[in-house]
Amino acid sequence: MEFLSYLITGISLGSIYAIIALGYTMVYGIAKMLNFAHGDVIMVGAYVSFYVTMFAGSNLLGDDPSTLASGIVALVSVLLAMAVCTVLGVVIEGLAYRPLRQAGSLAVLITAIGVSYFLQNAAQLLFGANPKNFTPIVSGQLTLFGGQLRISYVALLTIAACVVIMLGLTTFTGKSRMGKAMRACSEDRGAAQLMGINVNATISMTFAIGSALAAVAGVLLCSYSPVLQPTTGSMPGIKAFTAAVFGGIGSIPGAFLGGLLLGIIEALAQAYISTQLSNTILFAVLIVVLLVKPSGLLGKYVPEKV
Amino acid sequence: MKKKLLALALALTMALGLTACGGGNDTSAADDGGSDTTVSTGTAFKIGVIGPLTGGAAIYGTCVANSAQIAVDEINALGGDIQFELLPAADDVNDAETSVNAYNSLMDKGMQILVGTVTTQPALSVVPLTYDDRVFTLTPSASGDDVIENNDNVFQICFTDSNQGSRSAQYINEHFPDAKIGIIYKNDEQYSIGIRDNFKAEADARGMDIVYEGTFAEANQTDFNVQLTAAQSAGADLLFLPIYYTPASAILTQANALGYKPTFFGVDGMDGILTADNFDASLAEGVYLLTPFSADAEDEMTQNFVTKYQEAYGGTPNQFGADAYDAIYTLYQAIQAAGVTADMATEDICDALIEVMPTISVTGLTSAGSEMTWDANGAVSKDPTAVIIENGTYVTP
Repeated sequence: MEFLSYLITGISLGSIYAIIALGYTMVYGIAKMLNFAHGDVIMVGAYVSFYVTMFAGSNLLGDDPSTLASGIVALVSVLLAMAVCTVLGVVIEGLAYRPLRQAGSLAVLITAIGVSYFLQNAAQLLFGANPKNFTPIVSGQLTLFGGQLRISYVALLTIAACVVIMLGLTTFTGKSRMGKAMRACSEDRGAAQLMGINVNATISMTFAIGSALAAVAGVLLCSYSPVLQPTTGSMPGIKAFTAAVFGGIGSIPGAFLGGLLLGIIEALAQAYISTQLSNTILFAVLIVVLLVKPSGLLGKYVPEKV
Repeated sequence: MKKKLLALALALTMALGLTACGGGNDTSAADDGGSDTTVSTGTAFKIGVIGPLTGGAAIYGTCVANSAQIAVDEINALGGDIQFELLPAADDVNDAETSVNAYNSLMDKGMQILVGTVTTQPALSVVPLTYDDRVFTLTPSASGDDVIENNDNVFQICFTDSNQGSRSAQYINEHFPDAKIGIIYKNDEQYSIGIRDNFKAEADARGMDIVYEGTFAEANQTDFNVQLTAAQSAGADLLFLPIYYTPASAILTQANALGYKPTFFGVDGMDGILTADNFDASLAEGVYLLTPFSADAEDEMTQNFVTKYQEAYGGTPNQFGADAYDAIYTLYQAIQAAGVTADMATEDICDALIEVMPTISVTGLTSAGSEMTWDANGAVSKDPTAVIIENGTYVTP
């Protein structure tokens, strides 16, 4: 029964990593760049949701709000966070990355790190450095087997959100016109442009979707581990990037699988081996996988044409 | 053209920066001159405070700085021969390297006595420097045993960690004799490790039942689901948390989400949890903590301090602030006893104060009616008390 609760902890943590990793992997697949500022967009999303909930709590809701009212506030806060992050993602892409479209990949990478630091410090300036306690968007837990197994509703919501997002994205890229354009850009940007696809608009769209997902991930992350500060997004961001590489960067199912596995390995390593060594074990597994399958679990091996 | 403009802009920034610095020096010099005229004998003692004013332990640092200011103002208002000038508090973000920079900047401003640091980790970096520079150091709340070990110039207002750990074990053993104890501590922070080691030693000596020990580090101090699940399944009904309030607030929130309701027992680091940003204080109901100060105490001294604090800064001061207030008054008494003056060299002041510290006894906010005395090592001796959080305030159980 303990094993089951560790497993559920791992899956819900992994689902958060997976949602973040989807953002990394989409941007990499289509724009061929690593957006290291992605983790900090998560943090911005969480702050937006935090302040919306605070504002509603002190101005709109009474002292003892009904479940429905607080549910609506939570939903609105998530939607607003998504809207803000979408705009932020598109603005970052337009201002920081688009001018460097023809530059080397190293220049873009360094810009991304710069944007990441900019967001962290801007957040520190705007919101202050004091950690804030994030109120989870849902509370309570499900009790099974006569109290032996307790699953928090946050964990259930996280897992459900991850599955829905994953299915939605697969359908979107597979079926819709925009999705087809994205796949075309990913395959060969030059050829796609010649076929009349607006590459810049497609890349902007990718950033918009990735950043909206980051907002969802931010709210779920802070509901799961309730301390919110300007550096909240950086470690989960790095772990999610690892998850994307683990699953095969550029592949949407790969990001999903990588995120889940990473979360499960982390939770089980913490529970059964050592809380101190859990990160070490995590990255050791990554190295082993990459040695055996250099393109990640579900990544396609594409030989470079010389 | 663009380059020229840029160069011009940079040159302007530099020039402005320089004038700003110059301006700062001018005004502080003018201040000194001003205090010269009001004080009868020489200038005032320059006291520096180092503590976390931002970051995860910011509640402590800001409260220490504010409370020290209250005590300094009170003493200066007495108009006696001893006057203090409190330098602007230096921020160390509870970080070892930043604290060294903070110390150096205070030394540049002519600090003669250090009231700091607030937390243990930075103290371990700063204390060797004060030892070399012979700056008398009185830390309000850096409770590590190593902070005073081998440093004759360092004295503590708070209990050492070994004292906190063994006192907690003693209290739990007396009040919860059948408790199955779980411990979650931070294994990359000396404060947490020190208390845990001494707690465990005392608990083992008393034959107490420790059923679970979990750890975490700086990198994963927001997620405790695994540790809490393990503690719960090990059957721990009392969770000892020798950690600061930020991770503790995450533990309380996550334990609530998991439906795990043991008795939580914290030490001085738990102080401040009720004022953590947006923390649901109802989750802290029934939490025990070992603290020498309760803002609800009825005595005149506490009431005076709390009222002044609320008027000047808003909010309720915590134990760290009370420690700082006591630190300034302890300095006042020590300086009186030693008969040093502010125009003496820093190292002479330091040596004279080291001489008198083991001989004085101070009644303060944090001594629970008893008197604080010090041994030559720098450790304080006073009565500890445990409080329980009920209806959002500390109550003596």
